[in-house]
Amino acid sequence: MADPVLDIRNLKVDFTTRRGVAHVLDDVSFTVAPGELLAIVGESGCGKSMTALSILGLIPSPPGRIVGGSIGFQGRDLTRLPQSDLRRIRGGDIAMIFQEPMTSLNPVFTCGEQIAEAVRLHQKASPAAARTRAVEMLRAVGIPEPELRADAYPHQLSGGMRQRVMIAMALSCEPKLLIADEPTTALDVTVQAQIFTLLDDLRQRTGTAIILITHDMGAVAEMADKVAVMYAGRIIERGPADAVLDNPGHPYTRGLLASIPRIDADPDADLPEIPGIVPALTDLGRGCAFAPRCPMAIDACLAAQPRHVAISANHSAACIRLEPQEVSA
Amino acid sequence: MAYRILRQLLYAAALILAVLVLNFLLIQLAPGDPAEVIAGEMGGANAEVMAAIRQQYGLDKPILTQLGLYLGRALQGDLGTSYFYNRPVVELILSRLGPTLLLVTAALAFALIVGTRLGVMAARKPRGIASTLVTVLSLVGYSAPVFWTGLMLVILFAAKIPLFPVAGMINIVKQGGPLVRALDIAHHLVLPALTLGLVYLAQYSRLTRASMLEVLGADYIRTARAKGVSERRVLNHHAFRNALLPVVTVAGMQFGAIISGAVLVETVFSWPGLGTLAFQSILARDYPTVLGILFFSTLLVIIANLLTDFVSRLLDPRLAKGH
Repeated sequence: MADPVLDIRNLKVDFTTRRGVAHVLDDVSFTVAPGELLAIVGESGCGKSMTALSILGLIPSPPGRIVGGSIGFQGRDLTRLPQSDLRRIRGGDIAMIFQEPMTSLNPVFTCGEQIAEAVRLHQKASPAAARTRAVEMLRAVGIPEPELRADAYPHQLSGGMRQRVMIAMALSCEPKLLIADEPTTALDVTVQAQIFTLLDDLRQRTGTAIILITHDMGAVAEMADKVAVMYAGRIIERGPADAVLDNPGHPYTRGLLASIPRIDADPDADLPEIPGIVPALTDLGRGCAFAPRCPMAIDACLAAQPRHVAISANHSAACIRLEPQEVSA
Repeated sequence: MAYRILRQLLYAAALILAVLVLNFLLIQLAPGDPAEVIAGEMGGANAEVMAAIRQQYGLDKPILTQLGLYLGRALQGDLGTSYFYNRPVVELILSRLGPTLLLVTAALAFALIVGTRLGVMAARKPRGIASTLVTVLSLVGYSAPVFWTGLMLVILFAAKIPLFPVAGMINIVKQGGPLVRALDIAHHLVLPALTLGLVYLAQYSRLTRASMLEVLGADYIRTARAKGVSERRVLNHHAFRNALLPVVTVAGMQFGAIISGAVLVETVFSWPGLGTLAFQSILARDYPTVLGILFFSTLLVIIANLLTDFVSRLLDPRLAKGH
């Protein structure tokens, strides 16, 4: 496999709050290869979006701070770059799209202006060339009559169209890596499918690596090469998409997969759910953060942080039950 | 678009008519007999002369007749003759309108430009020194009465450090071409415009700060940052234009108040504008002039509102389509 585009190792991010220090990201490591699609899944507040913002150097600071680890990108460690260098990478080599297309575009500028701005910033293009590129990108993301839409203001477009504009903006400078943070959460189901298809299509045409942050397990099954499952700021399971979905190792992953509604399920039965809520990041104990909600928890779970245990090639999960002595016991 | 303009003009016309009637009635309610004032100006008079004065100025007719006559003449651009100055009111007002517009525009421009810049600076670091300074300054600026600020500025910049003239609009001794004259007026304009502008500068800086802080939390600002836009451009381009809207709206609404503020400032600085005229005509119970000034202020406020509407539409395309 080619060298990874992105190589995150042991990333730690802390937020200092009035109630103490929250370890928002704790020991997060993963790699993404060119053209690969990594899906990061997990409940709200588990650190998915924070991982994305760390890569771009956009963690709100204060209160947030990267306290350890590295983010390797094209041979450079992004955690050590000054803001001015990061700015050149943002929107250029690494682009991001967000989950709120309705509010993510500036209401007072036209869609064309907003796409062209990125092109002018990163490719030093003339206004005319940037405009041409903007129209070209709008066409590439499947917007009809792109010349007209370039002069439209965001409020004149539907949510799906706005998300397409966001994607056009993100891809306008041919990024090596695209981070899509729940790009379809706010959209209609039919539009969701269109956006996913568009992303997959663009990835195959341009070879851009994608980190897809999502709740949508269906999309993960269909598009993802790799999956990382996050819980309370940690990656608790990772591996090739098929392996993780077919043979989940962590009880949390099993819970997530079980709570997907099935068409063939008994319509009167309750949808399976994971009891309890995500713990506050300021008062995590020494042990496994999932233990209080885990149906398989034993006393040993609370004693120490479980290590990642290999399940198959490249597939591992951090659960004490997978450790050899437990299996034999 | 044409339909909207027509509708707004009709609305403005109705408003002007209503204001004409209201102004007239208000003045009628005020105590004091103008005939006595005119007689006083003439150095005393007997009952016969008083009656003659009443007849001459139409004061002996019933109020409704007076109103009808007033409206009829007003629509022909005749707002009567000043008792006090003995000149047509419209001519009198037009001769004073220029200086007042100059003063108000200068004060408003100063308040808007400096105020919004200060607000943006303060929003950059909401807990920084600049931010605290803006808050303190706006509190002082807002609570200090205009005549006090004016007098303090006179003491400081005209008496202690004689940089600017104390009063008036032109220096009669100075001779020269139009440029010299313009510079002379600008020199006289500094202190009154500063005095009038400071109150509003305080408000606009605070408003801009609050508005900027709100806008900076918006999703599209995060988008701009993720696009690689520099922090300076995020503030001045992406955030500022969105933050400006409430400031423009408030500035437009305050236009009437600024004209009233000009009365005090003009009086303090002997600025030969509408404010001084209003002050003198109220003291002299010069009804036609007072009515005329009120009418012209109304016109100015209506024009200011139309302008505000126009600028808001330019700033925010969402308003342009009548959303």
